[in-house]
Amino acid sequence: MDWQVIIANFPLLMSGLVKSLQLTVVSVLFSFPLGCLIAIGRLSHRRWLSGASTAFVNVLRSNPLILILFWFYFLVPLITGRNVNDLTSIIVAFIVFFAAYFAEIVRSGIQSVGVRQIQAGLSSMRHIVLPQAIRAMLPALITQCIVVFQGTTVVYVIGYSELLHTAASIAERTVRPVELYVTVAAIYFIVCYSASRIARHFEKGAA
Amino acid sequence: MRYEFNWGLLWREPYFDWIVEGILTTFHLALLAWILALCLGIVIGVLRVTNSRLLRAIGTTYVEVFRNIPLIVQLFLWLYVVPQMLPREFSFWWNRLDNVPYWTAMIGISFYTSARLAEQIRSALRAIPPGQFKAGLSTGLTQVQVYRYVIVPYALRIIIPALTSEFLTVFKNTALALTIGVIEITATTRRIEAWSFRGIEAYTVASLTYIATTILVILFMSWLERRYQIPGLIKRGEARV
Repeated sequence: MDWQVIIANFPLLMSGLVKSLQLTVVSVLFSFPLGCLIAIGRLSHRRWLSGASTAFVNVLRSNPLILILFWFYFLVPLITGRNVNDLTSIIVAFIVFFAAYFAEIVRSGIQSVGVRQIQAGLSSMRHIVLPQAIRAMLPALITQCIVVFQGTTVVYVIGYSELLHTAASIAERTVRPVELYVTVAAIYFIVCYSASRIARHFEKGAA
Repeated sequence: MRYEFNWGLLWREPYFDWIVEGILTTFHLALLAWILALCLGIVIGVLRVTNSRLLRAIGTTYVEVFRNIPLIVQLFLWLYVVPQMLPREFSFWWNRLDNVPYWTAMIGISFYTSARLAEQIRSALRAIPPGQFKAGLSTGLTQVQVYRYVIVPYALRIIIPALTSEFLTVFKNTALALTIGVIEITATTRRIEAWSFRGIEAYTVASLTYIATTILVILFMSWLERRYQIPGLIKRGEARV
């Protein structure tokens, strides 16, 4: 064991972590609002709208993230008709994929507040239902953010230099896989465990 | 968008054989990993509801460690780190096995999933009112009999929906095994895309495999749930209203 390699490459690992976190934040910022729209679509009385939203959610939730990433990696340049950089495809795939998961959280949050309150009129949606629903959903939303953060490791296969890919390339260069993967596992653990404590705090507060 | 479809390609050699093999690999990897995860998960789940503080702490640590490290990182740990920690004879034996990535993926996915299953099992055990246990004892059943005839049948029914969704999660997670070199269905279609530049056709095969399996599993499990439903058994979630 030679932990010197970790100290020497620590700034590089931290810049990888920052990229992972950035990807998480951007994905959540866009997929949460999209998920809200889809959730409202699923609860709509219009058949075509609720049908389309349900299909969107079910198709995406039954596919693995890595496959969705491959899909978008192939489709985005094809649809836009020009070469886009890897990051654009990755971000689009993450937003679309996680919107389906956020939609499910928001839908069950809205339903937990009660369908009767929703039936009282759409204006009540914004002022009465959503604030209550968001409070009820908060632990699940934070947990989902952890899932998104863990999901960023998947872009390793594309070669985008987030934390895992950075560590893997250092491991290859220095031939020190044990030290690097143990360190990376510890970093992921610290971030995810802290976030899950925050989620649990809100869970207790809400009860 | 200009794209010429060529669906016939999928039936041609060698792609068709690849696809069949990829689908089979996904299926048996998912099933084996799930069975192993269930065994581990039951043990850990029971540890978390015992009276011993030490056993509970072990269970909690296990769950937190395996839940808070991303699965790919865990797979890398199993592949690169764990064999170096083990006795030399064992790692010689291990490295001479056929298909080391496959077994590594199976172990890695099982441990990751077992932590999630342990949580489901714990909450199912908690959902059973303690009165049930005492009532069983007071009718003259032994402790083992209470578990055999009251608690376990009850818990199994409560947990069916959770087991369904966890199985589907395992099934999707097998795709991550491609990062350590297992050629399951997602890796297969990625390879077909690289060989033929027919991304849409190739990925459609993988997506349809996942979607069709998801639908079949959900139908089967809801049939199972209805088949073994006890009329009047309080459902989970409604129990505390």
